[in-house]
Amino acid sequence: MRHLLDFRGWARTEVESLLDTARVMAEVLERPVKKVPALQGFTVATVFFEPSTRTRLSFELAARRMSADVVSFAAQTSSLQKGESYKDTLLTLEAMGVDAYVIRADAAGVPHQAARWVKGVVVNGGDGRRAHPTQALLDAYTLLEALGSLEGKKIAIVGDLLHSRVARSNVELLPLLGAEVWGAGPPTLLPQGLPGARLTSRLEEALAEADAVMVLRLQKERMEAGLIHLQDYIAHYQVTEARLKKAKPGAPLLHPGPMNRDVELEGTLADSARSLVNRQVHNGVAVRMAVLYHLLVGRER
Amino acid sequence: MKGDVLIRNVTLVDALGERGPADVLLGEGRILSLEGGEAQRVIEGKGRFLAPGFLDLHAHLREPGQEVKEDLYSGLLAAARGGYTDLVSMPNTTPPVDTPEAVRALREKAEALGLARLHPAAALTQGQEGKTLTEAGLLKEAGASLLTDDGRTNEDAGVLAAGLLQAAAFGLPVAVHAEDASLRRGGVMNDGPLADLLGLPGNPPEAEAARIARDLEVLRYAVRRSQKKPHLHIQHLSTGRALELVREAKRAGLPVTAEATPHHLTLTEEALRGFDPLFKVAPPLRTGEDVEALLEGLLDGTLDAIATDHAPHTQAEKELDLLRAPFGIPSLEVAFPLLYTELHRKRGFPLKRLVELFTDGPRNILGLKPIHLEEGAEASLVLLDPKERPVDPRNFTSKAKFSPWAGWTLGGWPVLTLVEGRIVHEALE
Ligand SMILES: [Zn+2]
Repeated sequence: MRHLLDFRGWARTEVESLLDTARVMAEVLERPVKKVPALQGFTVATVFFEPSTRTRLSFELAARRMSADVVSFAAQTSSLQKGESYKDTLLTLEAMGVDAYVIRADAAGVPHQAARWVKGVVVNGGDGRRAHPTQALLDAYTLLEALGSLEGKKIAIVGDLLHSRVARSNVELLPLLGAEVWGAGPPTLLPQGLPGARLTSRLEEALAEADAVMVLRLQKERMEAGLIHLQDYIAHYQVTEARLKKAKPGAPLLHPGPMNRDVELEGTLADSARSLVNRQVHNGVAVRMAVLYHLLVGRER
Repeated sequence: MKGDVLIRNVTLVDALGERGPADVLLGEGRILSLEGGEAQRVIEGKGRFLAPGFLDLHAHLREPGQEVKEDLYSGLLAAARGGYTDLVSMPNTTPPVDTPEAVRALREKAEALGLARLHPAAALTQGQEGKTLTEAGLLKEAGASLLTDDGRTNEDAGVLAAGLLQAAAFGLPVAVHAEDASLRRGGVMNDGPLADLLGLPGNPPEAEAARIARDLEVLRYAVRRSQKKPHLHIQHLSTGRALELVREAKRAGLPVTAEATPHHLTLTEEALRGFDPLFKVAPPLRTGEDVEALLEGLLDGTLDAIATDHAPHTQAEKELDLLRAPFGIPSLEVAFPLLYTELHRKRGFPLKRLVELFTDGPRNILGLKPIHLEEGAEASLVLLDPKERPVDPRNFTSKAKFSPWAGWTLGGWPVLTLVEGRIVHEALE
């Protein structure tokens, strides 16, 4: 594993060994001094062509907890059109001695392009609708904490799957760990098919006997583009207490955040004991530590 | 008989077929004889093919306004290197070519360069805005070869209808970039499971078919209303369904012609798996089934010509992401070798038909006389060498030095291009 771009071509053993490392890192984070020298001498750059404070902080904290030097670059996407290319930015960072690049962009494939240009390691920090692999890893980690194993477990992903990088990465990753993944959303927001998931426009079908439910963020732009009507969405796809009765009792709820309360998810559920939202954020740091460690130090082969 | 150039032992290939070998004597801008004679210069043609010069119906030469991407010199030289003796430049420049003065200026400049001959297309509507028609008659007199708003789609059917009637009066074809923009939305690749998987907005094949269906009805209307025969030419057809529509229309006798590009004939949407904007093109690369349908269309005459849609951009622009990078592939210098190798050599596509699609096919669309290799014919010719060589875009004359086919090994390279007996490209070993 040289880069983490998405989970195409990944083996179950690789994922498991990464999650094992994340457990070790989680332990480090429980210590009074939450720092190890594992990445001393390495420089990690967060290169965000699309703003996302939460993800950036999580990666930077992960790098610092392992004693890496961290630089961060935030570009206005508007400056891209003015001739300042991704490539120039990355090659400038390379010249400064960066070893790993965490890349976030609003267009699918930018980390894949970057991996062709730089000698260092590329971590996809979220690219357009394509992938958000560290989010999927932290989701998997959180699900494993809650359910023990994902073997044969039914995970329902609800909402705008078509435009969701989180959904795509989870649909690639969770089946690798033995889960059966269902996706549900309105027809205009469903992909034609995603290998690894069964898709339905009937929410009830996806929720039936689900062991866990992942709720996606609904973006306003979809209404503006004429793809959905908000009230219709709420009426048919909002995850509510009543609808969750179809799922296994106590089935945990995940959400990648930030949440639109009372849109994709009934507000009271967000604060209930079933919600693992804060746990996800917490686990994010350990998982990202594991990813950086694997890519920079634990390079097998 | 004494001539300028003698090409000895060469196989002739044109729309009439393959024959020879012949000793082709050229002089006074014509073919003087196929049986040899004395010449100042003798070229060995053994193992090589001589064909009429190619005509490209659809190239973006970017002048005026975007000479950093291409200009008349680099573009027409690239054309000559690709075996083209004639080329139609698209009018979507900055500013667009929408006046007789602009057409005349391009023609004069190109003539002075003395490379491939330029036949500028002019905009169908002022500023290519789809609202007010340009002056078809004056544009024709200035030397415009066809009218098109290529790069933009003609949203207003009434304007297109009026444009067809107007152009018909002066014998000009109207070419259309057929995509329903509202169905296409922000699509950057073929819409389908792969686009969904890659998380890229899709451009549905139905967007092309829907617009062609409408345009054919508009054409039907223009035919009914016009004294003179209108001519609708559909650019860069990419889907099987669109092809069916054109096939039906031709059967019904509608005056419609169509073209396909080298990239739609040799690449599929699978190329996008690596997220390289080099493969971003409009209409997008489609599926393997669409490619097969296009090949069928080339054979049965539904498609009249192969046109490059040569669309040079700067390297930096093509290193943006798939949402921001511009659409387009540069291909003037590889079009023939690519199709010679991929279609003729590998798939047995008849060479005679392939050459026809580069020569008589496009010439007919512009109303130009065919060039056949016989005594007295205009010496606008290309000598093709079957020897294989890899594609190296760094050696392109076009300013766009990248290519989807970089590293592919191709045969059929033009080694000599002549325009009316004048050598405009020479790469003889
Ligand atoms: Zn076009």
